[in-house]
Amino acid sequence: MAKKNNINILICGVGGQGILLASEILSEVLMKVGYDVKKSEIHGMAQRGGSVESHIRAGKKVYSPLIKKGEADFILSFESIEGLRYLEYLSPKGKLIRNTQKIIPLTVTIGNAEYPKNPEKIAKQNDIDTISINAAEIARQLGSDKVVNIILLGVLAKFLDIDKKIWDDILLNWMKAKKLSQKITKINSSAFEKGFNS
Amino acid sequence: MKKLLSGNEAVARGIYEAGVKFASAYPGTPSTEILENVVQYKKDVYCEWAPNEKVALEAVIGASMGGVRAISVMKHVGLNVAADPLFSMAYIGSNGGIVIITADEPSMHSSQNEQDNRHYARAAKIPCIEPSDSQEAKDFIIAAFEISEKFDTPVLFRMTTRICHSKSIVELGKKKEVPSKGFTKNFQKYVVLPANARKLHLKVEERLKKLEKYGYNCLLNKLEINDSKIGIITNGIAYQYAKEVFPDASILKLGLTFPIPKKLISEFAKKVKTLYVIEELEPFFEEQIKAMGIKIIGKDKLPITFEFNTNIVEENLLNRKSYREIEVKNLPPRPPALCPGCPHRAPFYTLHKLDVNVTGDIGCYTLGGLPPLSAIHTCVCMGASIGCGYGIEKAMEQNPTGKVVAVIGDSTFVHSGITELINVIYNKGISTICIMDNSITAMTGHQEHPGTGKTLMGEQTHKLDLIELVKACGVKKENLRPVNAFDLKEIMTVFKEELAKSEPSVIITQGPCIFIEPKNKKWKLFEIDSEKCKACSICLQIGCPAISKSDDNKAVIDPIFCLGCTVCVQVCPFDSIIEIKR
Ligand SMILES: Cc1ncc(C[n+]2csc(CCOP(=O)(O)OP(=O)(O)O)c2C)c(N)n1
Repeated sequence: MAKKNNINILICGVGGQGILLASEILSEVLMKVGYDVKKSEIHGMAQRGGSVESHIRAGKKVYSPLIKKGEADFILSFESIEGLRYLEYLSPKGKLIRNTQKIIPLTVTIGNAEYPKNPEKIAKQNDIDTISINAAEIARQLGSDKVVNIILLGVLAKFLDIDKKIWDDILLNWMKAKKLSQKITKINSSAFEKGFNS
Repeated sequence: MKKLLSGNEAVARGIYEAGVKFASAYPGTPSTEILENVVQYKKDVYCEWAPNEKVALEAVIGASMGGVRAISVMKHVGLNVAADPLFSMAYIGSNGGIVIITADEPSMHSSQNEQDNRHYARAAKIPCIEPSDSQEAKDFIIAAFEISEKFDTPVLFRMTTRICHSKSIVELGKKKEVPSKGFTKNFQKYVVLPANARKLHLKVEERLKKLEKYGYNCLLNKLEINDSKIGIITNGIAYQYAKEVFPDASILKLGLTFPIPKKLISEFAKKVKTLYVIEELEPFFEEQIKAMGIKIIGKDKLPITFEFNTNIVEENLLNRKSYREIEVKNLPPRPPALCPGCPHRAPFYTLHKLDVNVTGDIGCYTLGGLPPLSAIHTCVCMGASIGCGYGIEKAMEQNPTGKVVAVIGDSTFVHSGITELINVIYNKGISTICIMDNSITAMTGHQEHPGTGKTLMGEQTHKLDLIELVKACGVKKENLRPVNAFDLKEIMTVFKEELAKSEPSVIITQGPCIFIEPKNKKWKLFEIDSEKCKACSICLQIGCPAISKSDDNKAVIDPIFCLGCTVCVQVCPFDSIIEIKR
């Protein structure tokens, strides 16, 4: 991706899935590349299991911190159906990267709403270029439910034309700052690799 | 050095660079992270959580009188609570610079209304300053202190959610040393007796005129002269959307948004053919500019409600829609919910079962009003649960329509529930009040408060004893009932007993928020024994996000979310929920 182009990425999912951290790392990476970066999210009730969305924009000069509808290059959906709420944001060439993990909302549990049976089909019907991945399963294999966000960042990273070393550096810095144990650091690094090589 | 900072982080940095010595706030979205970030500068800036916004502002007023730069931070509705001292301070003016941050919330992501607090600046006759990104958030806060001292006035610094919670790149600066001026007695200035206040009001009017002149060429108001076909007057985050939609237009971006710089605006208006005013919420500039006899396009095209974005500005002003419309029908809504393991769940399940009228308050526990618990029937503002419950009971003396319970969180009770309780006792009410004590201010992200025994800067302090406090208000010992927030049977018994009494009683449900439990806590884990489960759905009625229905209609517990609080175990009639090893 040439440096003068704008990059717009919308990350969405459910409160508690680590979306804010993922968008934080992504923004740091984009800043390191040399872009002007803006990011915006609503995190008032993020911890309470509601829908969460984070907009990340990079370019030579960025004004609005919110992505305009029709201009997102990627929607990174941390949950099976959350991305479907934002399809209007996707540009004609945009991609939906979808974690197939289902998190059933209470409205469904108590019978007030239905969980879509075939999210893939909905994306297809709307001509959305979709990549699906079961990040929860990969996380389980790696031995930590908490690295779903890092796996998904890895998947996104392989579509962005950014030197992988920058990703590795920023991830490492973040883990150092968080004082993560060696074991957890290793799981996170493998998580990113798994996503990147998926 | 350059850093990617949110508006809140940038303001915190600005507070440090401005040489502020005292900061006091009560948490509230979207302002909370400001003081949480000032803490990193605690060697230089003393900062604290106050019990409520009025207390915070009064302490800050004192600190200003005492000669240091001081700041008070609150969400928009917090300023309603602090309005009384604000209006007096507007007359008194500053000694050390004094700034009040109001974080407004267009779209009400986490609020009960979307009042536009620029109106407060106008009503109190004090300057209002608004940044449009993080860099300005930092720089303008420093300017706000200079203006406060130069013009002998408190300054209202208005941010909105999109400024507070958006990140952009900020060039950091150096800290300025501002020596304390100390306190000197000044009867005419500091004592707002009528005789003094009359003189002070005259000064306030003079001050406003000077500020308006100052706005003509101050750096806070920025003129971008481009194409003369379209001119735009805008402020805050709306500026960013205007730049996206009208890259070639001439723009007057107001940073000092009250008093508006009338001369600058008239001159600008003469330079352009069509003039738009792009401002979120109220037609605040618009009405003042129209009153100057200038023709503009504003709220006749742009909405008066909710946040703007690039699409809204484009669609309303240019009639242009530049995306493919896709509507995915019937996606299930995903509202926030009480967390798995939340101590508020069992009390609300009980209130739901008892089918009483519940006056609610503001906090995580407001989520107890959503289905399936559906156990909150009024919500007005912080502290109002007790007063509303009391009022409903008084009205019910005429026409009894069931029992009433008022529920209130621990932080909210300290914020503004205490005087409400005193009123109930004083005026012989019979209220049943439930303080839901989870030992933290949970809703806004887990802040300490006087009942937690810890300060913002991490020090131990006296822990307010809610039980002794309630007793001192006059609740009889036998009507004061602490209960385990996770014990359904105990909660039910106590509620039934207290509702039967015609005296005021206070039930305190005690159980910590899951987020303040120690990091290494060994949480229990339960699963459904599908042999024993009869698919009766009773466990689904406690509204726990960890439990859902499987394809055969039997319940399943997601081990990623379950924290083993046992509320579901207690409601299951078939003993089919069993503990397993984590
Ligand atoms: C006047 C005012 N100030 C601040 C807020 C923001 N706010 C909403 S709820 C809440 C505190 C809730 O704490 P608590 O009462 O302990 O209940 P919890 O969330 O812990 O259940 C705050 C600070 C507000 N809505 N109104």
